[in-house]
Parts: sequence; C-alpha cells; structure tokens
Amino acid sequence: MPEKLKIAFFLGGGCGGCDMAAMDAAQAILDLQRLEIAFWSPIVTDNKYEDLDAIPDGAIDVGFYSGMVQLSDQELAAKTMRRKCKTLIAYGTCAALGGIPGLGNFHTRKEILHTVYFDTCSTENPAGITPQTECAEGECELTLPEFYGEVRPLKAVVEVDHFLGGCPPHYSLVAQIIRNILEKGLEPPGPWITEGKTVCEACARNPVAKGEQRKVVGAVKRLTDGIPDGEQCLLEQGYFCLGPLTQGSCGGLCPRVNVPCAGCGGPIPGVRDFGLRAVSAVASLLENEELVAQIPGPAKLFYRYTLPASIFGKKVK
Amino acid sequence: MGDWKPKIVVFACNWCSYQGADLAGNLRYEYPSSINIIRVPCSGRVEPEFIVTAFKNGADGVFVSGCRPGDCHYKEGNHKAALRFHLLKRVLADVGIESERLGMAWISGSEGKRFAEIMTEFDKTIRELGPNTIKGSPSHSPEVSGW
Repeated sequence: MPEKLKIAFFLGGGCGGCDMAAMDAAQAILDLQRLEIAFWSPIVTDNKYEDLDAIPDGAIDVGFYSGMVQLSDQELAAKTMRRKCKTLIAYGTCAALGGIPGLGNFHTRKEILHTVYFDTCSTENPAGITPQTECAEGECELTLPEFYGEVRPLKAVVEVDHFLGGCPPHYSLVAQIIRNILEKGLEPPGPWITEGKTVCEACARNPVAKGEQRKVVGAVKRLTDGIPDGEQCLLEQGYFCLGPLTQGSCGGLCPRVNVPCAGCGGPIPGVRDFGLRAVSAVASLLENEELVAQIPGPAKLFYRYTLPASIFGKKVK
Repeated sequence: MGDWKPKIVVFACNWCSYQGADLAGNLRYEYPSSINIIRVPCSGRVEPEFIVTAFKNGADGVFVSGCRPGDCHYKEGNHKAALRFHLLKRVLADVGIESERLGMAWISGSEGKRFAEIMTEFDKTIRELGPNTIKGSPSHSPEVSGW
C-alpha cells in the first residue's frame, strides 16, 4: 500500500471559516485510505504548539495555514508550520492577503488598543488595564502573546508555495484541490491555485457574454438603496461589484444572489495591488467626475481584503 | 531639512504634455530640477499602481499631465485618467498620504510656458508639504500578493 499523504491545518488569526470549508469538503478530507490528517488545530483537536513542534521537520506533505499573522504566537506557529510542511498553502484570503482583519491596518496599534480597552460603550476599565505579555498572579507567572498591531499576510512571514483565495474558499474547491493532490501529486511551487479567470467570466449577468456593449455607470448605489435588478450587470446598475478583477474560482456565487462581488477571491493574474487596480477599473467606468465623490469610503471598499498585501501595507501615519 | 530637495515624478503624455515640456526647453523657460519626466503613450496609461509605486520608491510628488479635454490622441484616455485621478486622491487621503502630493493638469504641445509655470507651482506645493513619509516605511513589498 502506498504511503498516505499527510496533511495539516492550522488556524492563525482568522475566524475559522476556512476550516469549516475544509470540513464541508468532508468526502475528500475523510478519504482516510489515502490521507492522514497529521494536525488540525485549534478547530478540530485541542493540540498545542508543543504537539506541532514535536512532529519531525518536513514530515507533513501539505500544510494549510489559514488566518493572518498579528500576534507573536501566530508568527511562531507560521514558522513552525513552514518547517514541518513540504508544501505550505496560504489557505483563504486572510493568509493570502490579510483579509478582513487586514482592515485593522487602517489604524495604529495605539488606536486599536484604545478603542477596544477604553472607548467602546460596553467597556468598563477604571484601572486602565491593557494586555501585558507577562504578569504575576500569586505564585504563577502568566504570559500572553504580543500584539503587533499590524496585520501581515503569511508570505510576509514565511515562504509560501501556493495561495488560495476566498472568504472562505468554496468547499467544492477545497475538495477538488485535495483530490488533485491525491491523484496527480503535488504541483511544483507556483502562485495561486486558480483557473485565472475573473468572476465576470463565471457571471451570467456579464453583458459581454450576452453580446451587448458595456454601458457606462451613471449612478452610484449601495445595497441599502433598494433591490438590484436580477438580470443586469451590477456594475452597470451602479453597485460596486469587484468581479472584473477578482478570481472567479468561486463560480460567481455572490452576483448570482444579487450581491456585488467584494473581492475575496484575490486578484487575477497580473494584478499587483488589488485596491489600486480596482480604483483604475471602477473609475474608468463612471460617467463623470461628480460620481467619484459619491463613492462611500473608497479605500475600505477597494481594500476590504487586501490592504496588508498592498503596496501601502498599512496606513502611512 | 535645509538641504532637502524634493523628488517629483511627472508622467507626461507623448502627444501633448511631453511636447509642451520639449517646447519649454527649446524656449529656455526654467523650471525646478526636482522635476523628472517620464514619457507615456497617454495619461490614460498611467495606472494608480505606477503612481503609488513612485511614492513608495521615494517620490515626494507625482504629477500626471495629458492632452486638453477633447484633444486626446486616443479619444478618451485623458477622461479616464481624470476619473482615476479623483478616485485615487480620495484613496490616498484615506491611507494617510496628503492628496496634494498628486497633481494633474492638461497641457497642450504649444504651452511650453504654461508647463514651466505649472511645474514651478507644483514644486512649491511639495516643498511646503515636506518629505513624503511613505518611503522607507516598513511595510511589505508588493510581491506579498503572490503574483
């Protein structure tokens, strides 16, 4: 019997959604004749860092790291995963690009700590206590990981072999990847695991697919302004759909249910900075300059998932 | 700070503004030596990524200059450039770069004097703003996005 493929999952600074997508891909994941799950923490098992460290270096064939890096323990775990895994996949948008937590990079460490520990209406902190990395409690010495205050994508910390976008990646895509690895073996390191096509290519609203000319955008709308037409391109209607520059490995799920693409799939090939390319793509569709002023919060709209992997990386000051 | 001289990158379109700059030189109009001109086919070719990369690599100001409205060699390149310029200014402000560091003007091939005047004025604006703080900031290289 051939040796089983060893895989591992680790959740860094994320919500666990990517692990849920992996669980939804159960039929592929649970092909236990051919697969061995060497490590899956903290979502599935209660293994600790020591357990990951105890695995011999390079013993895991494919590692999936989901979530970004913002705490010192996440950095340590990312470096450990790199040592243990022959192939490391930045699994999901947070690991690949920073993701939603990456919006924190619009604020400084001080601002974030101030908001969380002093400023919210539910905060009661008369002693002004903020998290410390070490403190003594009676005879015990307690430690906490350090909060860096800046979100980093996995590639800023360790070398990454592959990227997979999606918030979370669709479970059918996860299953497909695992089946591909089992049947065709590991691919040589390359960038994104994707077909390289846009959401628009998968979207039934695409005017080009219907043989029509694309119309200029004559109004700026938000989802709260009413229900979009179910057939027409969302961009043409004035809803900021980022489908033209987002990878469509998801199959264009959001536009199918009247929700504009937010760009979680990551940039299509050739795009270095998702937000700036979105500025370029969206602005050139508008009818006139007055509409530019009506776009609500453009930086956070276009950098919703990608600020830490952008040319800026974070707010300048 | 006393010895500091700004670095300004000007993207000038081949058909109008670059000719305007050429004319400024031919007619011996003076403009500051901080101006570094890059010739591009059209102002519509200047991606926001080019502009921000210039800032990241040390430019204190970036200026995009193209044909006058309606005169674009490619019909509507300068119109698209203007839309991107206004949107990019808003994004720059949100990310913490003074939006005045990005300038734009329509300068035709016959306006050598106006080119020199606008460049002198932009250089003054950048000198008042001081050095750009994004350069050398310890954020990650663009390659972290994986492509």
